[in-house]
Amino acid sequence: MTPRPPTSYWIVFAIVLALLAAAPLVLPPFWQRFATEILIWGLLAMSSDILIGYTGMVSFGHSAFFGLGMYGAAAALVTVKPPSLWLAVLYGLAGAGLVAVFVAYFATRLRDIYFAISTLVFSQIFYVIIFTWTEVTGGENGLTFSQPPLTLFGLHGARFTPVTFHWFVLAVVTLSYLAVRRVTQSPFGMVLQSIRENEPRTRAIGYHVERYKMVAVMLSGLFAGLAGTLYAIQNKFAAPDFVFFVVSGEVVIFNVMGGMGTLVGPFAGAAFFLLLREGLSRFLTEYYLIPLGIIFTLMVMFVPQGLLGFARRALNR
Amino acid sequence: MDQIVIQTINGLVNGMVLAVVASGLTLIFGIMDIVNFAHGDLMMLGAFVGATVLGITGNFWLALFVAAIVIAMLGVLLQVTTLRPLIGRDPLTTILATFGISLVLQKYALWQWGPTVRKISEPVSGQFALFHLQYPWYRVATAILAGLIIGGLWLFLKYGKYGIWIRATTQDRVMAQAMGIPVPLVHTAVFAIGSAMAAASGVLFGPFAGVTQTMGSDFTLRAFIVVVVGGMGNLGGSILAAIFVSLIEAYAALVVSPAQAVIVSFVVLVLTMLFRPTGLFVPTPK
Repeated sequence: MTPRPPTSYWIVFAIVLALLAAAPLVLPPFWQRFATEILIWGLLAMSSDILIGYTGMVSFGHSAFFGLGMYGAAAALVTVKPPSLWLAVLYGLAGAGLVAVFVAYFATRLRDIYFAISTLVFSQIFYVIIFTWTEVTGGENGLTFSQPPLTLFGLHGARFTPVTFHWFVLAVVTLSYLAVRRVTQSPFGMVLQSIRENEPRTRAIGYHVERYKMVAVMLSGLFAGLAGTLYAIQNKFAAPDFVFFVVSGEVVIFNVMGGMGTLVGPFAGAAFFLLLREGLSRFLTEYYLIPLGIIFTLMVMFVPQGLLGFARRALNR
Repeated sequence: MDQIVIQTINGLVNGMVLAVVASGLTLIFGIMDIVNFAHGDLMMLGAFVGATVLGITGNFWLALFVAAIVIAMLGVLLQVTTLRPLIGRDPLTTILATFGISLVLQKYALWQWGPTVRKISEPVSGQFALFHLQYPWYRVATAILAGLIIGGLWLFLKYGKYGIWIRATTQDRVMAQAMGIPVPLVHTAVFAIGSAMAAASGVLFGPFAGVTQTMGSDFTLRAFIVVVVGGMGNLGGSILAAIFVSLIEAYAALVVSPAQAVIVSFVVLVLTMLFRPTGLFVPTPK
């Protein structure tokens, strides 16, 4: 049904992948870490793109999935000794998945602005719970833990170095990208896109729109939770700040800046945003958001398709 | 028992302030389909402007007036430069654009006024005995003043010539245009009125808890809850919902900590959206 992507797509894909894999070998330590962070935030933004770009639902609550992924990983790493990487990922996904089921059940009955507000409110509910439940979540201080070693296929691997962690994240992100790309091109993804284009008509054709939306939210939530897990493992802590809705706002910014409905656009948006922030905060400290907010607002007005919007067609083939 | 009475009065006072914020937001939504994410930040800026004017002149009422005028002009500027070009685009674009504006305004306030809490001193001093508490008269005065502002707005919308223009534009934009109402001007004016009301409530709220640059996002969220619970674009519903939500939060604060009491209003919001998406305080649509 879908035409096969042209070889040029895979050539570019391989080149970008090779560049990202080689990046930590040539970059100084600070930028190594930075590159890894871009990949993680990009993964979070891509998960949100399933909703924003493909289903036409703007989620302002992705911090809840991300944060629960972090706290899920934290739960595994704090309670289970010795710390296990895969158990952390499993717990993180379970945490985010639970929240996603909850949000999906309630929020998908609402549309447009109401969906955006309800996701925002749900994420704030989880924020307040995590912030005030000090005995379990550590409250404002969050939880700290040690980094689990990399184990693969039962082999007891070495501890992560920044370079191997970058490769680990790159592998997870690449697999996630390919999986999400496959999903968006599947018949299921086509239904999502038809919901974006015309919901009443999709319903009239006979698709159970709510069910498709629920699955889309859950899928999106799982990948967001995966990003949260990776971030927790990288930074060895989980903090309530990452459940706060400011993070959700940043996710939306990444999508708009990079280009919604492209899957790679959010990565470009995350890179653009984080680089701008890094550059601007050097001499503007915390006021970097003033020029950044202006740039964002101007992009919403004049470049609504984002940085990679011009390549949308080519990227979705 | 006395706890309940005290919390009822607290809830009513907070509810009146929130009603002023929310009625500005609902007016803007009702007429332009714009979900203004920067509304709370306009309130916060209003409070800062008020605090500054109060610091210079020492006159609270002048501060209230100047803050409303300054923020109304800022509202006009924002509407003309950012929101007017977006008319006719997906309503979600306006959420994104006002979200961007909100970021800028918040950090601007931090840059201009710093991270410390500004205190606005009360224009009405004195307290009266309420059970074991000395309850400040200012809170009661605030509720009355907020009621006056809302009442004024209601009278203006009901009987004023321009108020009728606004209501006509809310009902049917195209028809209003055809009858010779300058719809783009009405949009700008409504945004200015909404901004002025946000600023006024910011100054009124200032003496309660002090002015910080983060109070904006808190109030944006609360105003959203109120506007949805009351029915989007429904002025009377928003006012009732503001009082309702504030009362519920005040009672909840008796049982759990105030930080957790917020969850109760979130739950009210979600239940409303699921079962009465047109709003709690409107007749069931036919």
